[in-house]
Amino acid sequence: MDIANYIYLSVLLFTIGAIGVVIRRNAIVVFMCIELMLNAANLAFVTFSRVHGNLSGQVASFFTMVVAACEVVVGLAIIVTIYRSRRSASVDDASLLKR
Amino acid sequence: MTTSTNLVYLIALPLFSAALLLLLGRIADKWGHIFATLISGSVFVIGVAEFFAMQDRDGEARAATQKVFEWISVGTFQVDASLLLDQLSICFVLLISGVGTLIHIYSIAYMSHDHDRRRFFAYLNLFIAAMLLLVLGDSYLNLYVGWEGVGLASYLLIGFWNQKPEYATAAKKAFVANRVGDLGLSLAIMIAFTQFGTVTFAGVKEGASGASAGALTAIGAMLLLAAAGKSAQFPLQSWLGDAMAGPTPVSALIHAATMVTAGVYLITRSNFIFDASPTAQLMVVTVGAITLLFGALIGTAKDDIKKALAASTMSQIGYMILATGLGPVGYAFAIMHLLTHGFFKAGMFLGAGSVMHGMSDEVNMRRYGAIGKVMPITAATFGLGYLAILGVPPFAGFYSKDKIIETAFNAGGIEGILLGGATLLGAAITAFYMTRVIVLTFTGTKRWDENAHPHESPLLMWAPMAILAIGSVTSGFLLNSGSALVNWLQPVVNERHEHHAEEFLPPLVVSTMALVVVAIGIAFAILKYRTVSVIAPTDVSIFTKAARKDLYQDSFNEAVLMRPGQKLTAGLVTTDYKVIDGLVRSVGWIIQTTSSALRSIQNGYVRSYALIMVLGVLTLVTAIWMVTL
Repeated sequence: MDIANYIYLSVLLFTIGAIGVVIRRNAIVVFMCIELMLNAANLAFVTFSRVHGNLSGQVASFFTMVVAACEVVVGLAIIVTIYRSRRSASVDDASLLKR
Repeated sequence: MTTSTNLVYLIALPLFSAALLLLLGRIADKWGHIFATLISGSVFVIGVAEFFAMQDRDGEARAATQKVFEWISVGTFQVDASLLLDQLSICFVLLISGVGTLIHIYSIAYMSHDHDRRRFFAYLNLFIAAMLLLVLGDSYLNLYVGWEGVGLASYLLIGFWNQKPEYATAAKKAFVANRVGDLGLSLAIMIAFTQFGTVTFAGVKEGASGASAGALTAIGAMLLLAAAGKSAQFPLQSWLGDAMAGPTPVSALIHAATMVTAGVYLITRSNFIFDASPTAQLMVVTVGAITLLFGALIGTAKDDIKKALAASTMSQIGYMILATGLGPVGYAFAIMHLLTHGFFKAGMFLGAGSVMHGMSDEVNMRRYGAIGKVMPITAATFGLGYLAILGVPPFAGFYSKDKIIETAFNAGGIEGILLGGATLLGAAITAFYMTRVIVLTFTGTKRWDENAHPHESPLLMWAPMAILAIGSVTSGFLLNSGSALVNWLQPVVNERHEHHAEEFLPPLVVSTMALVVVAIGIAFAILKYRTVSVIAPTDVSIFTKAARKDLYQDSFNEAVLMRPGQKLTAGLVTTDYKVIDGLVRSVGWIIQTTSSALRSIQNGYVRSYALIMVLGVLTLVTAIWMVTL
């Protein structure tokens, strides 16, 4: 199987994730899209690891997973807290920083 | 030169007294006036003692110096606070402390109803201290300190009754006019320092012999400006009339006898500058001649007795300034006239104060009339002063003023005839306006307010007047007998006047001419003021109107100096507001506008931040890709 197909898939996943972050309002969905982008990056890492024949890319993908796990913990906690106080999970409603 | 240790007390005593009376405040109210008078008297005693000590010394040793402390010591620039008592200074020391003490005594009675009498005496002592420092300083810088000191004392005393706004304004006017003159003095000191590297009289005198004509003329012109400011000479004369707002003893002491003559002292002291610069001398005689006629003309139209006398003072100082501009022969006569003027003018001012005291502070001479009958002593002392100022022999003015007229004629050529003519004309006008004062005040019919009850003044007031009147009678004869003053001052003004050869007019002719014009002036005044209306007539000639308005000196100053000055400052304010502030404000405005435009990017929406981030990364990646390709 051509190795380039993995890269195409990775780019496709990343683009879907990026578009999702930009166009979706629901914080949970935005969050999932970010996860999608991270996993696209992971796929690319693993693919290049295979191409180069060493483990660096594999190790990097583990790091990414650990960071993503931490991010999920913190991020979900924030989203839940915002939802509790505002009864909404829309990212557009949480625009207080501009004032 | 002799070294003395007593000179500093001449200044320290009255200065200490002034500080004490001002600091103690109301506690000193009971005895402050007596204390100040005693201090002034003791200064006079020290002065007399120094005078007799000088008589015992001869030649070079006559002048005494005292170094009080080292004042400024920067590299080669060395100024000591040193005092110099020479033949010229002692004349002033005796005049200032003598007349000063008499006026202190007079003021005890004159100011007895004023609850601020102690403050008045403190200022008087401050004045005495500053004036003595002025005449005793051995350098221009020491003189300058005294010069400013008398300006301050004059300001404080003119505005003594500063609860009246116009009096406070008069004080301010005097101060501002004096500042213009002070500028001249400070410039003269700076030029002298750059030229000669020193500011002592002795040092400048030494340097003046080798200096360029331009530098000497510049110093001379600046000194003349200083003298014009302090001595109310043209073109800085306008403050003197308003200065009469001060209590009458102040007018007698500061604005007749002593402070206003400081300009004459300055020019006489700087004789080495003026002798070396004919241009500066010409300026001096011109200013003197203009002022003596200017003052005399104003004097003819004033109904306020003090303002008439003030105009007369201006005119008489014009005589002295003119004399100082006539070279070595003139200085001694200028000082002689200064001393005799100190007696008769101070005496007449005190007489005017005495009349005002009796007439509940009425100053309008049209409201006087026939006061001679109720105030015989005042009338007699005033009359003696009157005869002295007219120059009737053998009164004081005859010796001093005729000498000036004679010297003016002897200046030679057209200049001599012009100056002599001006002094003669001045003498005639003087006779007219002084006779007018006498006729309006002491003779004729009563024109008093029905509430006025004129009465003779107490002993404390008439005794000083009597002593000054004796001075007005005898001082001229004493100073002139055997050319006493001329010989006495010879080492200071530094010239034996040997050129008697080219006498334009013999003294006898000059005296006769002077007496004739004086007689004409008197006759004219008596004829004109046989009847006097209480209200000043309004249908008068254009000249009278001009003289009543002080020959438009204030209007001139206002139109030429004050209004353009105000316009200039208003223009500068507008420039500052529009241009300078405009620049600063527009910088702020630009930053504010730009930042509020940029702020709209920061909308707070997470998704737009994310979009910008994505676009940024895309741009970055594209750029790197393009470069590496």
